[in-house]
Amino acid sequence: MDKLDALESQSVYILREAYANFHNLCMLWSIGKDSTVMLWLARKAFGGHVPFPLVHIDTAYKIPEMITFRDKIAVKLGLDMVYGQNKKALANKNTFPDGKIDRIACCKTLKTEALRNTLSGEWPRYRLNHKTGKYDVDENREPYTGVIVGARADEEGSRSKERYFSPRDKTNNWDVGDQPPELWNQFKTDFAPGTHIRIHPLLDWTELDIWEYIERENIPITDLYFDKGDGKRYRSLGCYPCTNPVESTARTPKEIVEELRAGKFSRIAERSGRAQDKEDGGGLETLRRDGYM
Amino acid sequence: MNEREQMNIVIVGHVDHGKSTLIGRLLADTDVLPDGKLEQIKEHCRKNSREFEYAFLLDALKDEQSQGITIDSARCFFKSDKRRYLLIDAPGHIEFLKNMISGAARAESALLLIDAQEGIQENSKRHGYMLSMLGIKQVAVCVNKMDLVKYDKKVFSAIETEYTKFLSDIGITPQAFIPVSAREGDNIASSSKNLSWFTGKHVLEVLDSFAKEPLPEEKPLRMPIQGVYKFTKKGDDRRLIAGRIESGTLNVGDEVVFLPSNKRSIIKSIEEFNAPTSSFAKAGQSVSLTLQEQIYVNRGELMTRKEDVLPQVSSLLRANIFWMGKTPLSTDKRYKLKLGTTSVPVMIKSIESVLDASNLDAAKKAHVERHEVAECILECQQPIAFDLSAELASTGRFVLVDEFDIAGGGIIAQALDDKQKKARAQVFLREQKWEKGHVSMKDRAEKYSQLPTLLLLTGKTGVDKKSIAKLVEKKLFDAGRKSYFLGIGNILRGIDADITKTERDEHVRRFGEVANLLLDAGLLVVGTASDLDVDDLRLLQTINKRGETYIVHVGDPDGTHDVAHLLLDAADDHEVNALKVIEQLKLKNYIFNL
Repeated sequence: MDKLDALESQSVYILREAYANFHNLCMLWSIGKDSTVMLWLARKAFGGHVPFPLVHIDTAYKIPEMITFRDKIAVKLGLDMVYGQNKKALANKNTFPDGKIDRIACCKTLKTEALRNTLSGEWPRYRLNHKTGKYDVDENREPYTGVIVGARADEEGSRSKERYFSPRDKTNNWDVGDQPPELWNQFKTDFAPGTHIRIHPLLDWTELDIWEYIERENIPITDLYFDKGDGKRYRSLGCYPCTNPVESTARTPKEIVEELRAGKFSRIAERSGRAQDKEDGGGLETLRRDGYM
Repeated sequence: MNEREQMNIVIVGHVDHGKSTLIGRLLADTDVLPDGKLEQIKEHCRKNSREFEYAFLLDALKDEQSQGITIDSARCFFKSDKRRYLLIDAPGHIEFLKNMISGAARAESALLLIDAQEGIQENSKRHGYMLSMLGIKQVAVCVNKMDLVKYDKKVFSAIETEYTKFLSDIGITPQAFIPVSAREGDNIASSSKNLSWFTGKHVLEVLDSFAKEPLPEEKPLRMPIQGVYKFTKKGDDRRLIAGRIESGTLNVGDEVVFLPSNKRSIIKSIEEFNAPTSSFAKAGQSVSLTLQEQIYVNRGELMTRKEDVLPQVSSLLRANIFWMGKTPLSTDKRYKLKLGTTSVPVMIKSIESVLDASNLDAAKKAHVERHEVAECILECQQPIAFDLSAELASTGRFVLVDEFDIAGGGIIAQALDDKQKKARAQVFLREQKWEKGHVSMKDRAEKYSQLPTLLLLTGKTGVDKKSIAKLVEKKLFDAGRKSYFLGIGNILRGIDADITKTERDEHVRRFGEVANLLLDAGLLVVGTASDLDVDDLRLLQTINKRGETYIVHVGDPDGTHDVAHLLLDAADDHEVNALKVIEQLKLKNYIFNL
């Protein structure tokens, strides 16, 4: 079986297991290439439909094209689109771009905290109203018990230790030293009240696999990943104050695949443009134990 | 190099025998690390006044680096001239055996490391045994740290002889024994001058020599049903049967059988998203199918082809189990068994023998402690469809869930006869020869807005089940449903006139067959019988192939209450209880639309 076919089949299997086992299931969509591939895989799994809400954590510092792309796709595919945000921190200007806190603390505030409270329903969720095209405050505050996340094992050290189905305790903590066994495609689908499960359908994919698959399937993806004439493109997307484009003239998925296989990026880590990684001692473990994606 | 081929390899062995170091070395020597990674870690070590180790490339967690051990399996990718590899670094400490197993279960082949100086240790053997249980047949053994024994051939040969014997006892024939020093880079990605007496392949060559095991396309079709989807609200009327083909092949037009329900249909189409339509699918593919005749099948059933060798169906089986639970496995606790996509409550009926996997000593014990392996007889609450693991690996193994966690893995050695075996065989023949009219089950279901359902009221004598049953029948009828009350007494003096009252099983069987006819006619059958026990209920479920069997228990617990779908309080008004039953029928979608 072809490598991409095998990866696709396993991801579809995982998504279907998640759908069968969790009543309050959602998928985190960061608008980046990985979770956009994951969205595509969900449509493969469910006859072209996405039978659960997509959740985006909007830090308000996302590159603006990302939000435009999110809403365009959400409307086009009729997605059940939900976003969450740390309104309080933004109102108090308690962020890194405002100069009040460092990068890691800012990630914790705008991403990790917003994610935790959006998933648990402590903070309001904003749901796309397909009639008006606007986001309304969502009535539903029930906690999500299954959260599908696009993490890949090859991204950085702590992600390489993840399970496909990975439990998080009441405070969203990840007990990495004591993870439940996972074998023969039997996953952790039983969990104590108050806890939730992170589901990782893309764990075995590499950055190269992702781009080969985008190319093969012709998946619509935000054009921030492509050079539009200035010799720059993003390799990894995030908040604009902390994410830098890379020097590259790749304009299509095919050119990116070539660049990753043999070109200039074949030997440079993907997240090298993400400043918060460096401040966490070369890995994201501290952030991730706390619930970072 | 074949970019399209990937092999998953796990590195196992006793703690501190150098697994992470070997992988780190392999990554460094094959030049696949990102620029600056090696320098970054060397710099980190210098800053923290620590000697650099290749293992730091793998042991990413802070606890792992500070304790110098691997805690959880890590994955990393590398490439040889031949293909891509996913390397899984498994922890060697006994405390983390469950992590080793989680890592190894994903692998197709394994490298097992033994420290030349320390020799064969407890976990060298235990890990070897686990590989055999996990079904990993391609194994190569590296005798590591040869530099510490001055590259002495005698040390290597002694380990080779002893460990080969152990592996042969557990049914593994190693593909190679390689003397290496991961720290010094001897025989890792190139042959070593220090080991000039060794003429075999180095590690990288051995990895490349492992053959990709083909997916079991030649075997009988097995597809565990993951779900049956209908996205009507999204404007899609297809009824999609979703699952992954674990073995075999299927074609549009094939007659398929779902087990244990024994329902049958014909594959109408293989539905694709963003791909050309196809009339053929094979092992490894996740597919969505539609069926010609709409039958009501559920997640958990195993789909096979009528032409293929059928799986076993029983509630009783013999299996070898390795236990990873925090509390011992025992015969007085209920667990959950998960096999394919089915999930059933299970009891350990008996523990036949318990094995210490580190020395292969077997003993008779009352419990199975953590990290032990045991041969057990298991009794599932309902029959399940499965294979023997020697015949079909993926449908021949299961996990046991204790409380919230997977705590054990098992491979099935034998299907044992349960009490429903005879009835199951007879029903199988009945179904094969069943002659249908021109009105299909779906036609009836749509016309009547109901799915044929056998409602069984159970409970001790004296709780007045009959009155509730009759009230349910009446209320359904008044609401325009096709319902029918069936008391076992009505059969006793008619169909059963030729048998004596003592032939309990035969009475129940005939009651079930009559109900099955009424269900085939599309009715909601409300049945009662006094003193039905769990075996009777199982027998009735075995016989009913036309709809759901929905069990309602009335009154005090009597053994059948824990297999019931709904519990009713005998003290409540009949009216209240009847409404509760009907409410459930609506919730379950057994009655709809009207």
